[in-house]
Amino acid sequence: MIEVRFHGRGGQGAVTSSELLALAAISEGKYASAFPSFGPERRGAPLQAYLRISPDPIRLREEIYNPQVVVVIDPALVANPAIKAGLGEDGLLVVNSTHDLDRIKQECAFPGRIARVDANSIAQQELGVPITNTTMIGALLKACPGLVEIESLRHPLEERFGANASKNLKALQRAFNETII
Amino acid sequence: MAQRVGIEVSLACAEAVKLARTDVVSAYPITPQTHIVEHLAELVANGELEADFIPVESEHSAMSACIGSVAAGARTFTSSSAQGLALMHEMLFIASAMRLPVVMAVANRALSGPLNIWNDHSDIMAERDIGWVQTFAENGQEVVDLTLHAFKVAEDPRVSLPTAINMDGFILTHVIESIELPDQKDVDAYLPPFKPLQILDPGRPRSLGVVGGPEIYTEARKAETVALENAYAVVTEHFEGLRKQFGRAYKPVETYKSEDAEVLFITMGSLGQTCMSAVDEMRAAGRKAGVVRIRLWRPFPAGDFIDAVKGARQIIVCDRAISPGACAAPVGAEIKSLLFNRKINNIYVSNPIIGLGGRDVTRQFFKDIYAQAVKDAASGKPMATEIMGVKE
Repeated sequence: MIEVRFHGRGGQGAVTSSELLALAAISEGKYASAFPSFGPERRGAPLQAYLRISPDPIRLREEIYNPQVVVVIDPALVANPAIKAGLGEDGLLVVNSTHDLDRIKQECAFPGRIARVDANSIAQQELGVPITNTTMIGALLKACPGLVEIESLRHPLEERFGANASKNLKALQRAFNETII
Repeated sequence: MAQRVGIEVSLACAEAVKLARTDVVSAYPITPQTHIVEHLAELVANGELEADFIPVESEHSAMSACIGSVAAGARTFTSSSAQGLALMHEMLFIASAMRLPVVMAVANRALSGPLNIWNDHSDIMAERDIGWVQTFAENGQEVVDLTLHAFKVAEDPRVSLPTAINMDGFILTHVIESIELPDQKDVDAYLPPFKPLQILDPGRPRSLGVVGGPEIYTEARKAETVALENAYAVVTEHFEGLRKQFGRAYKPVETYKSEDAEVLFITMGSLGQTCMSAVDEMRAAGRKAGVVRIRLWRPFPAGDFIDAVKGARQIIVCDRAISPGACAAPVGAEIKSLLFNRKINNIYVSNPIIGLGGRDVTRQFFKDIYAQAVKDAASGKPMATEIMGVKE
């Protein structure tokens, strides 16, 4: 089982990221669960969303405290110590940032693997808005090969975004190509 | 062929209500039940569910509308949580006294105050004595299966009582997970149309819910109580029906690694899942722990429960609600009373109160509770009920 924690702010779609990935994983015959850090969402407030994916049925209802992977959707949260909570040195940090890897390493003081992508620019160019949740899925999939196939996201994206699904898929694919690890 | 799909548990509950070919839905939205009735309203509005959706101005009216609807012979569903369920309070007793098989999903949530929208069982425990059949779901699949089962049990002429399916708010209702939604033809085979025992019909006027004075009230209450006790056999019969139709087996009480266990956790609802994972880790560390999960809360499956725990020297009854000023929390009190009735006095009963108002219950927390309970038993401390994890 792999456990992923998303950090974003209310309105940025971190919950949607975790949900889309769970739907994609389940469509591949895996088991998955996606849930937010429960409560009324406040736009702009930092929040977390959780994702578990497993080849076997999942029998855990606790929040995720020791994720293998953390995805930071908001560049302003990279230096926030909360993103490293419970993430081991063998873990993976996937961040949305314009900075280079050395600088990110300094900013967040995380010694393990870091993957970065400038998701804001991609989202702005492909979607016309700096909403980076679907873009960051591309970065996550690049850094975690085999988590789910990109193609498995097509249907969940269509269900969620209708006519805008193809733009989101393109942003996701671009992030996959442009992510540096 | 039924498909395993990714779906939010609330939506899966609504889909089960649709598959049950429900005639009438009346509900008032309240977090965390909202997604269930929103999705039903959508299904009715877009024609996928041929039903009447009766919007109302309060939960009291929602339950009143459901009572009228079943009395008129319609298969009827509602859903609520916390303060909303509390506002239904007096009508819940009317539904059971009039033997009207309303089906309700309760998305369990803490009763305010302080104002809290998160999960615990204080809402349903305040309605413990409403005379309804009550089950607790542990995961999304159970929510779907127990919803279908609820209609089957409630409407069975041998029962004819309202039935509530409890599902932990947020912890279940707001999670996207893998659920097998049954095929319509299988649901139709399991759950034929509702055949009411009697209906309100203007062509053949009759009264339901008449006055019962001192000369008859006791007898009426006895009849209702016996009907609920007798529902046990029907509940198990229709669990067996579920297994035959959909291939998933359910029992009123489930056990996990309990056969050789010295210490057993007792859980209801989603707690059982994390608890089983904790027990796996405790077993690997050499602890003889197990879990007994209570799925049927009313009528209480006394015989099944005794069979499940009789080999243990200690049980840890996890309550998710407080009964202020009482000798134990609701589930703890139930079980202590049962053990006393059966003259079983060789089991040490710990009764931790956990997971109140959305406080996360982790595997580590179960291990801590276990360690504390074993220490208490060894020291000969009197058996107690204690709110755990309180920040000092």
